[in-house]
Amino acid sequence: MSNTTLISILIMSMLINNVVLSQFLGICPFLGVSKKVDTASGMGAAVIFVITLASIICGLIYHFILHPLGLDYLNTIVFILVIASLVQFVEMFLKKAMPALYKALGVYLPLITTNCAVLGAVLLNVQNEYSVIQGIVNGIATSVGFAISIIILAGLREKMQYNRIPKAVQGFPFTMFTASLMAIAFCGFSGLK
Amino acid sequence: MNLAENTPLERLFNGIVKENPTLVIVLGMCPTLAVTTSAMNGIGMGLSTTVVLALANLFISLLRNVIPDDIRIPSFIVIIASFVTMVDMLMQAYTPELYKSLGIYIPLIVVNCIIFGRAEAYAYKNKPLASFFDGIGMGLGFTLAITVMGFIRELIGSGAIFGNPIGSLPEYAPAIFVMAPGAFLVLAIMITIRAHIINTIEARKGIRLPVTHTDEEGSECSSCAMRMSCAGKFQKVEAMMKADKEAKAAAAKPAEVKPADTKPVDAKPADTKPVDAKPADAKPADTKPAEEKPADVKPAEEKPADVKAAEEKPAGVKPAEEKPSDTKPAEEKPADVKAAEEKPSEAEEPSDAESSGTENKDEGTAPQSALERLKAMKAADEAEKEANK
Repeated sequence: MSNTTLISILIMSMLINNVVLSQFLGICPFLGVSKKVDTASGMGAAVIFVITLASIICGLIYHFILHPLGLDYLNTIVFILVIASLVQFVEMFLKKAMPALYKALGVYLPLITTNCAVLGAVLLNVQNEYSVIQGIVNGIATSVGFAISIIILAGLREKMQYNRIPKAVQGFPFTMFTASLMAIAFCGFSGLK
Repeated sequence: MNLAENTPLERLFNGIVKENPTLVIVLGMCPTLAVTTSAMNGIGMGLSTTVVLALANLFISLLRNVIPDDIRIPSFIVIIASFVTMVDMLMQAYTPELYKSLGIYIPLIVVNCIIFGRAEAYAYKNKPLASFFDGIGMGLGFTLAITVMGFIRELIGSGAIFGNPIGSLPEYAPAIFVMAPGAFLVLAIMITIRAHIINTIEARKGIRLPVTHTDEEGSECSSCAMRMSCAGKFQKVEAMMKADKEAKAAAAKPAEVKPADTKPVDAKPADTKPVDAKPADAKPADTKPAEEKPADVKPAEEKPADVKAAEEKPAGVKPAEEKPSDTKPAEEKPADVKAAEEKPSEAEEPSDAESSGTENKDEGTAPQSALERLKAMKAADEAEKEANK
């Protein structure tokens, strides 16, 4: 495994196949928690934290337990359970050990359990047959991509908060239009391939 | 249409029309956006979700008296994941084409918000039969919505209907509609049309329909997968943060109206050295933010300015040092910013303190007044409409 593949995974998952804007994973928090840059960056940080941990642990479980034993069909169940309990565990651990970090991320952690970006990143690691290291890099890149796009969207929404918009477009549809324009912009990254 | 509550037919109607998960409740956006590149994909995704939804609802409802309240979320996850794995394997065996084109989104049905939402909101509280039909109704509503969306995107984006190209249309089709931006665009337009229809009906009849309004205040949670299980925890915390900020702003005001005390404060810069040394030993105490709050709120009432400033200084210095080490604590930020703003205002000349204080206040009130203006504007608009009628 050379460095170039790692770097290409990094750029691929972060920008070209951006988890939100081209793979549509993690749309719910992307639209729901993007009203303010503050909360958006908190959410982004929490997602980075959880996806990185999840891809480490799930990678290890897959490569050393499930795959050698031929239990690949249990992937989905095992991964979602690992993620759900991981989130719970991380929440409890942070509460005890790092109150400052808990205060910053705590609100967002329970929101992440069923964030499809987490499960998606882990499943993609398996589907693309990444090794543990490649999987971790992919996880980090995916989550950073998520953080980038949610913070950009929050910035845009903050700017446009008091614009006059037709009534029918207010709220959700308006956010979707914004996301659409962002997705067009992110299409530009496909030239990096 | 008046149907008795919780009968199979009522549940079907409810799922397909009244509470359509995609268009009305706006749940399950990920598959909606991702797999609707063609109508066929929409049907495939919708039906497999329907199967999972109906079976998971049925079993959760059957087990609702057995599952303890505390561990219901993990139990739901296991039940749902088992059915998803079954559907996944069946599709792999019998519809390999479809399985390939849906790819990773089949296992991701596990985290589809609709399924969780229905399990928590309906199946866990109702009888098996009604829950089963609730699942089917919701599933069919979802299928209908994403098939229509897939149909539109396929027609515009690749000039075909259910995979059959129409004449030479494919040559001129704007491919962006089957790419990522098109998904957002089509869904945005669909929901806009829905909102417009609702608004028109409401304006004409002068009533408020019992549907979700996507533009309401605090709609932050309305599109979130976890709103059922987090039970508004997030909103509560948000409200707390807001109240906190307001309390601080209120406390900051009287604190600044003490120009007489600023003289001794001027000597502060000299003192800062020992104060600077303090953070070093005080830093390990990570619980600072918790202490900070009372320190911020109190000073206005009791303390002479020197003592207060001396206390606030370290408080101001510490968060600033904490920032780089932490990953941008969202909640602490207001405190940081405030502390940072307060520091100069007290350490410098009274005039400066005054001006920065007023600025501070302006910042606090400006958006609010803007919001009020907006609300007033809205109200005026509505009143006008009423009058026109």
